[in-house]
Amino acid sequence: MTLTSDEIQAILREARHFPHPSAAAIEALNVVQRSHGWISDELLQEIAELLGMSPAELDSIATFYNLIYRRPVGRRVIHYCNSVSCWMLGAEDNRRHLSEKLGIAVGETTGNGEYTLLPIVCLGACDKAPVLMIGDETHFNVDPARLDDILGETGAP
Amino acid sequence: MDKPLTRNIKSDGSTVTLAEYLASGGYEGLKKTLAEFAPLDVQQRVKDSGLRGRGGAGFPTGLKWSFVPMGEDAPRTKYLVVNGDEMEPGAFKDRLLLEGDPHQLIEGVVIAAYAIQANIAYVFLRGEYRLAAARLRQAIAEAEAQGLLGEGILGSGFSLDLRLHTSAGRYICGEETALLNSLEGKRANPRAKPPFPQVSGLFGKPTIVNNVETLCNLPHILRNGVEWYKGLSRTGEPGTKIYGVSGRVRSPGAWELPMGTTAREIIEEHAGGMRDGYRLKGYLPGGASTDFLLPEHLDIPMDYGSIGKAGSRLGTGTMILLDDKTCPVQMVLNLERFFAQESCGWCTPCRDGLPWTVSLLEGLIEGRGRPEDLATLERLCGLLGPGNTFCALAPGAMEPLQSALKYFRADFERYLQPQTTRGGMYA
Repeated sequence: MTLTSDEIQAILREARHFPHPSAAAIEALNVVQRSHGWISDELLQEIAELLGMSPAELDSIATFYNLIYRRPVGRRVIHYCNSVSCWMLGAEDNRRHLSEKLGIAVGETTGNGEYTLLPIVCLGACDKAPVLMIGDETHFNVDPARLDDILGETGAP
Repeated sequence: MDKPLTRNIKSDGSTVTLAEYLASGGYEGLKKTLAEFAPLDVQQRVKDSGLRGRGGAGFPTGLKWSFVPMGEDAPRTKYLVVNGDEMEPGAFKDRLLLEGDPHQLIEGVVIAAYAIQANIAYVFLRGEYRLAAARLRQAIAEAEAQGLLGEGILGSGFSLDLRLHTSAGRYICGEETALLNSLEGKRANPRAKPPFPQVSGLFGKPTIVNNVETLCNLPHILRNGVEWYKGLSRTGEPGTKIYGVSGRVRSPGAWELPMGTTAREIIEEHAGGMRDGYRLKGYLPGGASTDFLLPEHLDIPMDYGSIGKAGSRLGTGTMILLDDKTCPVQMVLNLERFFAQESCGWCTPCRDGLPWTVSLLEGLIEGRGRPEDLATLERLCGLLGPGNTFCALAPGAMEPLQSALKYFRADFERYLQPQTTRGGMYA
């Protein structure tokens, strides 16, 4: 894997908005993750070089955030909220249903590379708990029956 | 009842367009500010209004601004940063403002930036708020096209460049100095204070970090005046507050109400009361990092001073309810797992103390608890408390624990009994 020229241009464009290019670290990681899906060691090294950082420095940022993936993930990541209000209102039932339906435990990816199941902290929609995100989309008031509908729509295995 | 912050917000979830915002008197506060007030006048008005930071700490906004160097000798570059990293479990009020009325925030940002004479502003938005990001990006472009942002705003001599930064998800970024490190592209550990950000903040320049709801108050204060603003409240603390309720109530949600509305009114009248079959056992008045209160506290006004006197904090004003069918010990375990995961790991009490807290609670719940564990948990509340840690994350984490140990002691002790004699109080 290697950075495309589009990605390099996008990163340099972001970096120009800050006094130091390294300030665009998260923007750069996001740019690359959007097209590659995750941040491999090779990509990390290339980004670090572009931003004038050491790979270790950039990795200390990449590994710090919940939404940067340093391991391969499926085409769609399911982030189910496991914080307090969702926990109280059925997050674990949803998690169990997803694990059974997709045949994966938390942290795993389906065999066809479609879904990865990960927990996430409070998604800021506690009045509509339980909440989860599939890819970029947030789903509210989720229960196992709704999950069947949602996964049906998004083309579950 | 005046609801200045949410008056334009639509019930169908769609956003307020620039045309709609202008038609409702939007950007009038900014026009008036630029035409009539010098920057220090704006600071004085906001100080006089008594507005306090709505991000959780409640620090007076005008006072916070007053530490920024002003005048000819002040550094030329200063920054205004919007804290839109709403990640405290239970908090969902800024999402409402960001998605529902992004121009109101932009107007507030320009006023704040003008007051401290900052020419660059960043919105630090949590990465998961995809809809808010899209709407804000659109609103910023609209404002730029109309001369409400950029060079010489509304024909004045004031210029402001506003940029949106979407974060990648970490609770500690809500702490303002960690947020600044994150924005600089560094690992988001909090910084030592002093120097305070007002003097040396983003890239070493004077910086103000204000919460979304705080900034959304500004257009209304500047447009309608200090006396009007004070009149919105039911107590000595001015303005309105966006209160929220989550948990087992009939209609969870968020509502803009006079500051000092009681929890009873919010829960019973606005959230529709508890669902059938559930009774209220306690509540965290202002999010995950606030001390539990009990049903006996329901008639206390929800303002900073009154909730403080009752032994908790107003925090974000978004309450999480504990019902009689949910085990308080398990609820506290859920909260402590959150804090342990989200600790940045920089200082030892937080990095080691929170996982220790989690393992003690897990042991208790799994039947491996020892009588001395409760004393250890109490000791941890002190060791991780104010003054012993680098920032407020761990002390915040101890607030629900210390109050649960006080108010729900019997629930903790129940786990020390043999499983057969414990009884099935909770599902």
